Amino acid sequence: MVLSGLEEVSQIQSKVLNNEKYAYELLQELSITVTEMFRDENFYKSLRENVIPILKTYPFLKIWHAGCATGEEAYSMAIILQEEGLYDRTTIYATDFNQHALNRAKEGIISNALMREYTSNYQLSGGKEPFSSYYTSSHNHIIMNQSLKKNIVWANHNLVSDSVFAEVHLILCRNVLIYFDNTLQNKVQKLFLESLINGGILCLGTKESLRFTEFYEKYSELDKKQRIFKKKY
Amino acid sequence: MQYEAIVIGVSSGGMNALKFISSALPADFSIPIIIVQHVSARSDNEWIKLLNKKSNLTIKEADEKEKIETGNVYIAPANYHLMIENDKTFSLTIDEYVNFARPSIDVLFESAAEAYKDKLIGVVLTGSNNDGSKGIKRIKELGGMAIIQDPETAESPIMPASAIAACLSGRQAVQLDYILSLEKIVQLLIKITQPFK
Repeated sequence: MVLSGLEEVSQIQSKVLNNEKYAYELLQELSITVTEMFRDENFYKSLRENVIPILKTYPFLKIWHAGCATGEEAYSMAIILQEEGLYDRTTIYATDFNQHALNRAKEGIISNALMREYTSNYQLSGGKEPFSSYYTSSHNHIIMNQSLKKNIVWANHNLVSDSVFAEVHLILCRNVLIYFDNTLQNKVQKLFLESLINGGILCLGTKESLRFTEFYEKYSELDKKQRIFKKKY
Repeated sequence: MQYEAIVIGVSSGGMNALKFISSALPADFSIPIIIVQHVSARSDNEWIKLLNKKSNLTIKEADEKEKIETGNVYIAPANYHLMIENDKTFSLTIDEYVNFARPSIDVLFESAAEAYKDKLIGVVLTGSNNDGSKGIKRIKELGGMAIIQDPETAESPIMPASAIAACLSGRQAVQLDYILSLEKIVQLLIKITQPFK
């Protein structure tokens, strides 16, 4: 914890203003990196049923996990793509502005504290294999299989200050925008709209909405309850 | 009237308690109520719709950034923590479990205490863990009112008993305002929130 050693909160101010490295470290500490595998099994079920058939019509695929944190959702996606025979023609861009989280994600080492939930989430989402075939257990962690990592590109990208970097078929940004105010949400939604191909798919968290942004009209609803949207042509 | 909002924390035994509360409150109840009921991460919101049908008030899931308004009873969505911002809107987070729960009562109570200070009423009802104990104490520390269900009358006594113990113990002990049965709590809430006529 970078705060340790300080006696008062006010001491942070001068350190942040004078020490770029400190300011950066503080930002990393403050950013939220919680994420889970196959969180909301009904979402992943709908992804398999309603989105995968659309993705199968493309000769190659680009998928963007925006705000991937420690990578649990990107690995969940890689598993589904592998089972659906799509992974070999896919590139997953998994981005976050927290480099510590990205480094962990890249290693594919995931805490096993919630393993029981992950396993039942996976099974209920329509998983086709024993979940344990995708990882190796080690102490209180699991290590994701190498074969899941090969087409994931982990990159540092700040949703608020960085711009479009690719044209993609699918964007997943789930439970990230709940931490943003309306102004920032609009800014990020503009970025998403510009990054998606026509007919591209946007997946938000189940409590997130496009309705109060300027971009509601630009999409049709593929699955209203699971917040899966399709960019209009 | 001093108070602007009520937060309620309830766990096992909560469905019966909430059924009773929601049907007993009148349509002109003058301040909003925000509730954390512990439910499984996979719970849908059908039970909230059922409660709403039997109530004079509007009972709904709290939405992201929704403004908190009178006439409504808000329930924290499953698998999210529910927090209240200083501008009296909701925030949802997927942060780690607190007291093995998400939504957690402490998370709601502590953020509500900061937002409403002495204009908040906190209520801890039936349950079999200790979520809500820290939160109810925080509400008292910031000048709010604390009401706890009499453990002897609760379907599960552990949670209200733990809240009472937490408030009364330690160097920074706080005074509880009321320890009552559920029926008496509802009567009290109606009485103290009545607007001056």
